[in-house]
Amino acid sequence: MEATMTETATAGKNQKMEDRLIPEKTIGEVHVDDARMTAQGVNVYYGDKCAIDNVTLDIGVGQVISFIGPSGCGKSTFLRCLNRMNDTIDICRVEGEIKIDEDDIYDPRIDVVSLRARVGMVFQKPNPFPKSIYDNIAYGPRIHGLARNKVELDEIVELSLTRAGLWQEVKDRLDQPGTGLSGGQQQRLCIARAIAVSPEVILMDEPCSALDPIATAKVEELMHELREQYTIVIVTHSMQQAARVSDRTAYFHLGTLVEVGETKQIFTNPVHELTQDYITGRFG
Amino acid sequence: MRDLKEDFARHISSEFNEELEELCTDLMKMGGLAERQVRLAVECQEQYDSALVEEIRSAENSVNAWEIRIDELVASVIARRQPTASDLRLVLAVSKIVRDLERAGDEATKVALMAQQAHESGRTSTVGLVEVRAIGGQVIRLLGDSLTAFARLDVDMALDIARRDKEVDRIYQSALRSLATFMIEDPREIGHVLNVMWVLRALERVGDHATNVAEHVIYLVKGTDVRHLSVTNVEETLKNI
Repeated sequence: MEATMTETATAGKNQKMEDRLIPEKTIGEVHVDDARMTAQGVNVYYGDKCAIDNVTLDIGVGQVISFIGPSGCGKSTFLRCLNRMNDTIDICRVEGEIKIDEDDIYDPRIDVVSLRARVGMVFQKPNPFPKSIYDNIAYGPRIHGLARNKVELDEIVELSLTRAGLWQEVKDRLDQPGTGLSGGQQQRLCIARAIAVSPEVILMDEPCSALDPIATAKVEELMHELREQYTIVIVTHSMQQAARVSDRTAYFHLGTLVEVGETKQIFTNPVHELTQDYITGRFG
Repeated sequence: MRDLKEDFARHISSEFNEELEELCTDLMKMGGLAERQVRLAVECQEQYDSALVEEIRSAENSVNAWEIRIDELVASVIARRQPTASDLRLVLAVSKIVRDLERAGDEATKVALMAQQAHESGRTSTVGLVEVRAIGGQVIRLLGDSLTAFARLDVDMALDIARRDKEVDRIYQSALRSLATFMIEDPREIGHVLNVMWVLRALERVGDHATNVAEHVIYLVKGTDVRHLSVTNVEETLKNI
């Protein structure tokens, strides 16, 4: 019993020390010259609990930015703010301002469905619709009226699958269910589905954590190719993945954006001790 | 700022801590051997002894073996741990320091072999011995201190080594001038004096390697590459971090 109490006391002390370490202001340049999205003073609450504390961050055009940090640090919560996925959680409240191309995405006049077409999302587990491969891709363009006829729709489906590096593998079985593909193919199908509606930004929440290394490499290669046309925000638990795929890296800790910088700088010479400790696998 | 040295032992993986510790310990062992090689080589110049030459050769073999062993460990840490930030800088610095230590050892062997040649050809003379002693003493201390700077992760000490190496360069230049004058005055000594010049050159290179080690220490601690900068520029750069 005594030992447990001592451990608890020590844990409490460490927690406080860690709190003190959190900088008042994010380290590194949060703004970029050519921003696709901007977040200014964003706070997110789940009921009374503050999950994101005053985060300001720009997301640059044609950039891949990674959000990294320990579990519960708020990186996914912040990612989900960027296309209002948190709206689906009743107790979740978002404060501050998030804009895409100068449009305030939390403006009551904004159409959330159109917003999610502009800011697409790919999830941790591939989640194709229980429909054919073709319909998985065609669904978005249909509801957004992006194709005037079948020929145009076919073109969009082919182009999206080609961009997602999947066309060659599925072109002869477009009528078969998307759920019949391998995990890696399903994830690329979801990426193809996201790009079918011509988004400006693609959010990826641990897109490779359910994939094997080869499928992961294919998705990463895809991200590399897609960055030319889309802005990509990825949340990942794999530090090496963040190092490999992103131009900028943002480190979150206990709901705070501790440090953001060029990926090369973050992984060779991070400024803050918390960033250093996390990426090198040390105790906090 | 947290102590970087303590920091290297704070990984969640204790095996990773041990591997980094091993890298540092091995590097210090190798450095100790290379330093000893230089010390013996200078002794050999002062007082030739064939047993010393054998000892230097044997140290050379050990230094070479350490170089390969440490490089293997570096490759293994990179492959298995994918080090980042200060860990990455440590691994990179060790890999580069190893090369400088091995080369410093090579220079020491050259110095010893020149003593051997001079002895065997019977061309012994005390001309230039003062200079060899002066530069030799300085560079042995520089090399030793560069290893201490690594062990302590001491940036100030590393900076001081870069400054002191400039002083060695000045003594070396001035020694070359006086030896050149000596050759003009007594052409019979040209062969011997040229040998002394080669010895001084080799020792001066040891000082350069010690400075390289010091620069790697600065990179390791501060994350800034200060190679090819003047000492003043390095000081200025470090102030701005």
